[in-house]
Amino acid sequence: MIFGLGFLFSALTFAQELEATVEKDTTQLDEVILIGQRKLSNYRQEKTLSSIDEYLEKSNKVTMIKRGNYAWEPSLNNMDSQRLVVTIDGMQIFGACTDKMDPITSYVDVSNLEQVSIDSGQEGTENGHCVGGGINLQMPQSKFNGSGLKSSVDLGYETNGNYKIAGLELEYVGNKFYVNADGIFRKSDNYDAGGNKEVLYSQFQKYNVSLQGGYKLAENHVLDANVIYDKATDVGYPALPMDVSLAEALITSLTHTYKNDSTTIKSWESKLYYNTITHIMDDSKRPDVPIRMDMPGWSDTYGFYTKATLKENKHNILLNLNGFYNRSLAEMTMYPNDPNQPAMFMYTWPDIRTLYTGIYAKDAFALSQDKTVSASARVGYHQNTVAEEVGLESLQIFYPDMDDSKSRFLMSLSADYKVKKDSYDATFGLGYGERAPSVSEGYGFFLFNSFDNFDYIGNPNLNNEKALEANLAANYHANQFKIGFETSYFYLTDYIIGEVDPSLSAMTIGANGVKVYQALSHASIFDFYVNATYDISDAFSLNTTLGYNYGKGSNNENLPFIKPFSYLAEINYTRNFFNAALQLDGNGNQTNYSSYYGENKTAAFAILNLNLGNIFYVKSNKMVLKYGVENILDTNYSTYSDWNNIPRQGRNFYMNVSFVIN
Amino acid sequence: MKLKYILPILFLALLSTACSSDDDNNNSTPPVINEVEGLTKIQEIVNNNHTIELYSKSGHFYTGYNNISLRIKDNTTDAFFEDVTISWMPVMQMPTMQHACPYSAITKAPGRDTVYQGNIIYQMTNTDGSGWSLTLNYTIDGTDYSVTDTITVLQYENQNVASFMGTDNTRYVLALIEPQNPKIAINNMKVGLYKMENMMSFPVVENYTITLDPRMPGMGNHSSPNNTDLTYRTVDGTYQGNLSLTMTGYWVLNLKLLDATDTVLKGESVTEENPQSSLYLELEF
Repeated sequence: MIFGLGFLFSALTFAQELEATVEKDTTQLDEVILIGQRKLSNYRQEKTLSSIDEYLEKSNKVTMIKRGNYAWEPSLNNMDSQRLVVTIDGMQIFGACTDKMDPITSYVDVSNLEQVSIDSGQEGTENGHCVGGGINLQMPQSKFNGSGLKSSVDLGYETNGNYKIAGLELEYVGNKFYVNADGIFRKSDNYDAGGNKEVLYSQFQKYNVSLQGGYKLAENHVLDANVIYDKATDVGYPALPMDVSLAEALITSLTHTYKNDSTTIKSWESKLYYNTITHIMDDSKRPDVPIRMDMPGWSDTYGFYTKATLKENKHNILLNLNGFYNRSLAEMTMYPNDPNQPAMFMYTWPDIRTLYTGIYAKDAFALSQDKTVSASARVGYHQNTVAEEVGLESLQIFYPDMDDSKSRFLMSLSADYKVKKDSYDATFGLGYGERAPSVSEGYGFFLFNSFDNFDYIGNPNLNNEKALEANLAANYHANQFKIGFETSYFYLTDYIIGEVDPSLSAMTIGANGVKVYQALSHASIFDFYVNATYDISDAFSLNTTLGYNYGKGSNNENLPFIKPFSYLAEINYTRNFFNAALQLDGNGNQTNYSSYYGENKTAAFAILNLNLGNIFYVKSNKMVLKYGVENILDTNYSTYSDWNNIPRQGRNFYMNVSFVIN
Repeated sequence: MKLKYILPILFLALLSTACSSDDDNNNSTPPVINEVEGLTKIQEIVNNNHTIELYSKSGHFYTGYNNISLRIKDNTTDAFFEDVTISWMPVMQMPTMQHACPYSAITKAPGRDTVYQGNIIYQMTNTDGSGWSLTLNYTIDGTDYSVTDTITVLQYENQNVASFMGTDNTRYVLALIEPQNPKIAINNMKVGLYKMENMMSFPVVENYTITLDPRMPGMGNHSSPNNTDLTYRTVDGTYQGNLSLTMTGYWVLNLKLLDATDTVLKGESVTEENPQSSLYLELEF
């Protein structure tokens, strides 16, 4: 079953229903397709100009790990980047920062995207191998409806951090071709945590421009080209000892699409893409550091995919052949406090080349009108090569017998069974998946982790990490009441995590020691969410969500970054052109924190938010206004996913306004 | 071919721009071998009959280990001799006495007709580079010749040689021979260890052990893994072991000298309280 949920705030969704079309008319994302019932609550989308990060955070299973006010790292099913496959429209793209300061979600903006699909576990392997799930940020589809020129302007302001946002979009749609250009600019000063405590180095500034165009070659053939340029400068990371002076991405693609409703092959889409990222860490704004250093990183990816959907009788088949070639290089130069000593240099990612090719197939077979069984598989060949001789030799200090390349064969399988009746629906799924170690896990060289205060050394001899997974979800609805739950259990073997090697000497001044990536024989991760909705009247509704998560390794230690008990309650008032929501969001005490892996206990918290929205029409033009107060009580709090417990934003008044001119 | 090979090849072929250049200019004329290619002349020592050219990579004598090449020219014909027997004696003149330093025998350089090579380890010098003289004794066609001249020995910027008194009341000279070009890698480390038998004789010390603990003082005394102690190699009379350098920069190679019964003659272990051994060498790259 596929949920296509209106992503917009309730009123907007209502407005769209009136219009009966879903158009990308402002910079907001229109909808979220969630396979496997990973519902993204539309009640919670209060800002049209929210960042991708804020947007993702609204999903039940997604948590954002925060090192500052920018470039949050998504975590799905309590698993972060290296266990997920995060793609932009099916394109592989890899951050260039060894310290995960640039998750790829930071290189796109809402203005580039139409929808985001979040797939839990092995459901998420269409674009690559993962154990935790897949997040695909989808760009708008081409359109040739001859709607002509359209423009929209978005403006936003938030009091906390003096955060300013401005966006502009121009679009021309003809019958044979279309072109769309948009740009967005965001700038924020340091924000204040609860109690007016300024969080130093939490500022950021970025702009993003994109150009998309398409040409209809023939009745069923379309050629699209897309370029995104994203540049962030002066990004502070209050939780880390360094900031970022430049994070720059160029993301390009060329896509050919064939669509035909009357043949077995319904669609066939092929894409060639290239993206390049430059990431420069910078400590020049920090007054007090043990040693000055430069840490630039680069990541270039070339890739392709070709995928087809077929429909034959009761079969719905999806095939996807893809491949990519990535080059990841990062280095570190440190400048000794004694000026007579020479600069110290090392490769932290020694020019790792990753080559992957694989094929994915999925078949959804309709057993009857209301029952579907589906199965999917991905197999692939994955190869890492250390291209830099100096880098290979430096890793050979730790692994004298290591070769310059390593090949792996990766496999993923999943199957699920879905029932959808009038009053209830249910899904049961099983999966098995494997992933290769990330570049840092395999080849990182003295990567400092400020969370547990250890230097990390990669391990090229790691086995593939494997996950066995079971998931179950069910919803029951009767009249105005709806209740549902979703739960997943992951049994991971060869679970990759850093373990202390007491024989090694820390490189970073003040670090506790060195951890080497090793594998736990197994680990378990469990999550459970229950959601209830009650429609009091046409206008009023109540919504509550409770979440429980658990993670433990075979060493009987808690895993890090496992979400504690969480809850959300909100009351909504919705009319055609106005809506309001009062929201209570909180976490329980983090009792199962992982002191072994450097976590400390995060206290319980609860915050209160008020969101309001209006929509105005003037002829065919439209104005959408969103405003509200976040953290009304100015609570000073941090969550389990805040790196080094940096406090979150205190009270914040915000207003977003969008004008759509047809 | 299997699919897994075909796909990457297809993919690479698709994405790589074909560019090849034709630089295959085959010169058929045999090159004239320059016997001192890559070397720089340090100085010439001249007597009535011959000119002795001294070479090294840098073109200077430095304190520490010096790999020296030399050749002898006939002053009348300008030809270089191919069959000579040479020995040398470097001497430093101190205010009250004079002494020599460790040095090797001189042999024909491999693959060369006229060039001879050997090494000298200057354990000290005056600040202006003065004090040392070099005597060369050589035999050509049964006739003995001798020549002496002053030489300039410059102080090397890092401590690449240590001259010290052991707990056995013997004076030793320890010099870094390799790595000459350190890398971020496990380097082969080679040192020479000599005993001062008397002012003029510094024979090689055999079968001792030198422990190694490389540190970066600029990085909180960061160390590196997989270093090994230096042990004696009879082949070339040096001590060798593995030296791991995790990054470029300034390294202090902390050493301890142990005799054949594992008694410590010089040096201490590096601890929190004692950041550096009294016996050490320095390295910068």
